[in-house]
Amino acid sequence: MKRLFRGGRVVDPAGGIDGELDVLVDGDLISRVGRDLPVDGAEVVTVPRGLVVCPGLIDIHVHLREPGQEHKETVATGTASAVAGGFTAVACMPNTRPVNDDANVTGLILARAAAANLARVYPIGAVSRGQQGERLADIAELKQVGCVAITDDGHPTATALLMRRAMEYAKMFDLPLIEHCEEPTLFEGGVAHEGVHASSLGLRGIPGACEAIGVERGVLLAELTGSHFHVAHMSTRQSLRAVRAGKAAGVHVTCEVTPHHFTLTDEALTAPVAYDTNTKMNPPLRSPEDRDAMIEGLADGSIDVVATDHAPHHYDEKNVEFDRAPFGIIGLETAVPLTFDRLVHAGHITLPRMVELLSVNPARVLRLPGGTLAEGVAADITILAPDLQTTVDPVAMRSMARNTPFGGWTLRGGVAATIVGGRPCYVNEAAGIRV
Amino acid sequence: MSAPVTPETGGVPVAVGLRGNLLGIADLEPAEISLILDTAEAMREVGLRPIKKVPALRGKTVVNLFFEPSTRTRISFELAEKRLSADTLGITGGASSVVKGETLADTAQTIQAMQPDMLVVRHASSGACHLLSRVCRAAVINAGDGMHEHPTQALLDAFTIREHKQRLAGLKVAIVGDLLHSRVLRSNVRLLTKMGAEVWACGPLTLMPPDLGLLGVRTTFSIDEAVDGADVIMLLRIQLERMQGAFFPSLREYFNVFGMTEARLQRASSDALIMHPGPMNRGVEIASEVADGPYSVILEQVANGVAVRMAVLYLLAGGAQDEEAV
Repeated sequence: MKRLFRGGRVVDPAGGIDGELDVLVDGDLISRVGRDLPVDGAEVVTVPRGLVVCPGLIDIHVHLREPGQEHKETVATGTASAVAGGFTAVACMPNTRPVNDDANVTGLILARAAAANLARVYPIGAVSRGQQGERLADIAELKQVGCVAITDDGHPTATALLMRRAMEYAKMFDLPLIEHCEEPTLFEGGVAHEGVHASSLGLRGIPGACEAIGVERGVLLAELTGSHFHVAHMSTRQSLRAVRAGKAAGVHVTCEVTPHHFTLTDEALTAPVAYDTNTKMNPPLRSPEDRDAMIEGLADGSIDVVATDHAPHHYDEKNVEFDRAPFGIIGLETAVPLTFDRLVHAGHITLPRMVELLSVNPARVLRLPGGTLAEGVAADITILAPDLQTTVDPVAMRSMARNTPFGGWTLRGGVAATIVGGRPCYVNEAAGIRV
Repeated sequence: MSAPVTPETGGVPVAVGLRGNLLGIADLEPAEISLILDTAEAMREVGLRPIKKVPALRGKTVVNLFFEPSTRTRISFELAEKRLSADTLGITGGASSVVKGETLADTAQTIQAMQPDMLVVRHASSGACHLLSRVCRAAVINAGDGMHEHPTQALLDAFTIREHKQRLAGLKVAIVGDLLHSRVLRSNVRLLTKMGAEVWACGPLTLMPPDLGLLGVRTTFSIDEAVDGADVIMLLRIQLERMQGAFFPSLREYFNVFGMTEARLQRASSDALIMHPGPMNRGVEIASEVADGPYSVILEQVANGVAVRMAVLYLLAGGAQDEEAV
C-alpha cells in the first residue's frame, strides 16, 4: 500500500531538506520526498498548511517499568504514551525487576514491544550484574539480542574502575556508556536542588557539583579509554561546562537534557503547590541560572539531545511525604508541547534544530536507524502541529501514570500524527489531519 | 490590635478567627501574628486563675498526632487544649498505624473519618503538615515538621520578646547554633523579619543553610559580630550526632568557637535576653552561667508556650465567630 503525504512543511535536517514537499510511503518504507509527486494509485493524506512532516521522534531515556513494576507502566502503555507524544521509538532503561542485565529480560521486553506493535523499543542493558556495581553484565550477549547501550541508570556507575572497565569492554561492541552522573557522598539523602528554596522548605539539598563531578569523571575516563560517554538528564551549568570542555578536547562525549530541566526551576518546590511530589526528580529542578544554561546549550549545539526521563510512578507512591516519595515524572506526552512552547516559540531554537534534538541526534547517539526521511529507510514519521493549543490533561494520557507537574498547563504546539513503519499509530484530529 | 472581651468566652477576647490551618509562619500576615500574640496575653491570664479552664473549645475534638518524639511541645499543647475544655486524644509515633506500614495519608483519612476539629501534628518530614492539610478537613496545626517550620515556637518566642521589649520591630536578634537542621530557625526568621526585627544567623558554615541570606537575614560565622549590640540572643541546640557528619570536629571546639559565654555576652545590649527553645546542651551551645543567669528567659518561654498555643487553638477554632465554640 502506498500513501502520499501531500502538503505541509517537510523538515529533514539529515537530508538537508526544509520545504513545502510531498512524502511518498510505500509499504513500510519511505519511497520518495519531492515536490508535487504523482499520486500513482497512492492514498493521499492531505497535510494541512502549517503542519510539519519530520523523521519520527526518538526518546532515548524512558522507564517502561516492565518487567516487575507493571503497576506503574507496561511496555504496552509506555509505547502507547510514546506514540501519543509523537515518538516512533524509545530506548528503555534497565532498572526493571529483574534488572535488564541478561538476554532473557531483553527478550521479554522486545516480545512485549512486538505484541504492542506501537513505538519501536530499543532496550538499554545494565553495566553491572543486577546493577550492583560489582561484576560486569554479559555485555556482548546484551548487544547480540538487541541492547543499544549500557547504563546503571537510577544510580551512578559504582566506581571509577568499574566505569573504566565497562567503557573499554563496551567499546569492542560499539556501545555507548550512558551515565546517571552523581557523586554519592555529596548526594547523601538529598531530595531537592541545594539553594534558597530547599533551605526555605527545610529539604535536604543536592548541589550542582554532585552531578558535575560525575560528568567530569566520565569525560576523563572516555578520554582515557577512547569510548563514547553519554551524559543522561544533564541539569547543571557546571556539567555543561565539563561537556563543552570534553568536546573541545576531542573526547567522544554527548549529552541530553529533559524538558522539565529546560522549563522549570526549583521555585516549583514552593509554588503553586508547596511540597508537590511531582516536582521531585533526580537530578532535581535546578536554579534559574542552570535552567538558562540548559537552554543556551540546546541552542548553541553543545547539548545533543532532548530526552524525557519518562519515569512513571503509581499515585499511591507519590502521595506521601516529600522526602519519602520516589524521584521522577512522566514526560512522553508533554515533551513536544514543551519543546515548541519553551524553545521554538520562545525564540531560542529553530524548528529544524528541534528535529535534530528529538530525532536526528538521538538516532546518531545510540546508532539507531531513523532520524531521516531518506529514500528506502523505514517510514517512521512524526507530523507536528507547531501552533496547536495543547492543554495538558494527565487523566487523558495514555501512560498508566499521572505523575506530571504540568497538569493544566496550556502550551502552544503539539503532535498531529505518529507513523511507525508506514502505519498510523496515533492521529490527533484536533490538528485537522486524517490518516 | 486589641479585641473586646465578653463573658461567654470566659473573659478572653472575641477575635476574628484565623482561616484554615497553621502550617507555618510563612502563611501569616503581620496583623495575624499580632492578633495571636494579643490573644495570648488574655490566655495567659487564664493560667493564673485558681480554676485554669475556660469553655472556649467545649465540644471540640483535638487530636495530637506526634509521629516524632516530643515532650515539651506535646505537653504544652495538651495543657492548652485542656484549659480550653477541648476533648483531646494523643497518638504517638510508636502507637500509630504508621509502624504497621500505613501511609500518612491513610492514617490522616482514618482520623478524619472520626470528625476531629483540629489536628496538632509533629512529624520528621518537612512538608508533612502540608500533605495532611490536603487530605483532611480538620484544621492542621504544625507542631514541628522536619527541618521546615515550628510556628508555635516562633510565636511563643515573639511573645516572650515582646513582653520584655514591648516591641519586635527594630530589635537586633542573633540566632546562634545548628541553623541547617533547625525548624525553629526557619520559623523565627520568617516571623521576626515580618515584624521588622533585624535578624542575624550565626553558626559554622557547615551548619548554615545555603542561600540563607536570601530569606532576609544577615549571616555570619563570627559570634562576636552576631552578638554585638544584640537585644536578643537565641541559642539553638547542637545535636551530638552532628560530629559524625563532619559538621564540626568536637563539642569542645564548638563551644570554644560558638558557645555562648558570659564573656561574649558582654558585647550584647545591657538588657539582652537569652533564649533557648530547648532541650539545652549545657557547655556546648550555652554555658551554664548564661543559661541560669539574670538575662535568661528560657523558663518563661516554656510558660508562655501554653498561652500562645491556647491562642492559636482558639483562633483556629473560629474565635468567637463560631457559636459552638463559646
